[in-house]
Amino acid sequence: MTGLVALLSFLAVLALLLILGDLIARGASSLDWSFFTKNPVPAGESGGGVANAIVGTAIIVGLAGLIGLPIGIGTGLYLAEYGSGRLGWIVRFVADVMNGTPSIVVGIFAWTWLVKPMGHFSALAGSMALAMLMVPMLARTTEEMVRLVPHSLREAALALGYPRWRTSLRVIARTALAGIVTGCLVGVARVAGETAPLLFTALGNLNFSTSVLQPMQTLSLQIYVYATGPFDEWHRLAWAAALVLMGLVLLLSLAARWAIRQRHGAAR
Amino acid sequence: MAPPADARLQLQTVRLTALYGRRAAVKDVSLLFPRHTVTALIGPSGCGKTTFLRCLNRMHELSEGGWITGKVLLDGEDVYDPSIDAIQLRRRIGMVFQRPTPFPTMSIYDNVAAGLRVNGGRPRAELDAAVEGALRQAALWDEVKDRLRHSALALSGGQQQRLCVARALAPEPDVLLLDEPTASLDPAGTQHIEELCHELKSRYTIVIVTHNLQQAARISDYTAFFYLGDLVELGRTEELFTKPTKERTEAYITGRFG
Repeated sequence: MTGLVALLSFLAVLALLLILGDLIARGASSLDWSFFTKNPVPAGESGGGVANAIVGTAIIVGLAGLIGLPIGIGTGLYLAEYGSGRLGWIVRFVADVMNGTPSIVVGIFAWTWLVKPMGHFSALAGSMALAMLMVPMLARTTEEMVRLVPHSLREAALALGYPRWRTSLRVIARTALAGIVTGCLVGVARVAGETAPLLFTALGNLNFSTSVLQPMQTLSLQIYVYATGPFDEWHRLAWAAALVLMGLVLLLSLAARWAIRQRHGAAR
Repeated sequence: MAPPADARLQLQTVRLTALYGRRAAVKDVSLLFPRHTVTALIGPSGCGKTTFLRCLNRMHELSEGGWITGKVLLDGEDVYDPSIDAIQLRRRIGMVFQRPTPFPTMSIYDNVAAGLRVNGGRPRAELDAAVEGALRQAALWDEVKDRLRHSALALSGGQQQRLCVARALAPEPDVLLLDEPTASLDPAGTQHIEELCHELKSRYTIVIVTHNLQQAARISDYTAFFYLGDLVELGRTEELFTKPTKERTEAYITGRFG
């Protein structure tokens, strides 16, 4: 039994190692200074980088976080603290359905309600789509984390004359904070790699752009375009961009681990 | 506010019935708590002692389906009167729970100051003095004075419970409710808390729920015996334990059931 479980977990890790190994083998050689600092060059020319995509990813994901994190955390707090009634049940159900919604559907939704009325693709629409993916995930994680806080702590605060909202924020949310932060980092890491919802919203941009009302490039979109393109030079850059994106997600996951460790350290 | 009918009388319940939905956990209990005395509530588990205690500071109404009929009078004033704010009331009636409940994200100092800060800001020096005073009253000051900024979780279980006593005392309540405060403590911790009860009753009116009959006998002036939600008998502690008037009380204190 132990052997079987060990074998299965080895297979799980193996997949990750193979992906990572492949990315490093094919992408690492293209990682140089100009890859990070230059913009794409016209098709057929060699050289160039993905600076626009790296900055674009940071802007779009950052903006998605600004929109999604407060709403997601707030919803989670609401569900955990006041969500025992019918409205709570509905919100929880909607969040669960949204959690299972394919991201491309969210992309189409954002296109219908944001891109079409605005008349053009924009980074902002992309951020909204990503935020929409983040909110249900964060809401449920936050709810779980807040529910882990012992009921006795809530009672202690209330018995001390804390109003309910202050109990929620000062005692309950603070106690659950490390878990909530972890949930946020995992949520951000998850949407950072999304491509489908950005195809109809942020669209992509071959030039360097920081205007959120204009189309913007991201790493995931760049990988999509380069990997499906006809040029060897593009394929080379796609591998490198994939490696950078993977590294980014790994970094966020590590940060999440670190946050968890901090929580357990504090509880000791 | 109506003047207290009897200055000796601090807290009183009048035909108090506490319910969860339709089920009554405490039935028609009228009890008097004279000022600066210790009253012990004893009885088998699930007999409504804790529920009764939680009615006194209006914590019961926060439980699922919790509501009451009857009255609870604090200094002659009905605490369930619509003009009374439950949150303000809880600042006048401190409570300590069965298990220590220090706030894990706060330091020792912040734990004790929590009940004061929630009442609005006050000058630093005043806060320092109040925290020290509360910790001294809880007989914890000497053990923690050099590490007030440390996490409250670094303390032992007994110290944590005394920290919770200090936290409850800091806002200077009139009444202190103790819900089996020694249930999770070792003998040394238990002794500490019992000694505290003796010292604190010169300043506070104390109501303590306990499963430990010896403890009730040791620390209380009055003892009330609850059975299945009914108040069976109330008396001076030494009388109730030596010559109980009800057969059921005698059966319980002599260990024949419970």
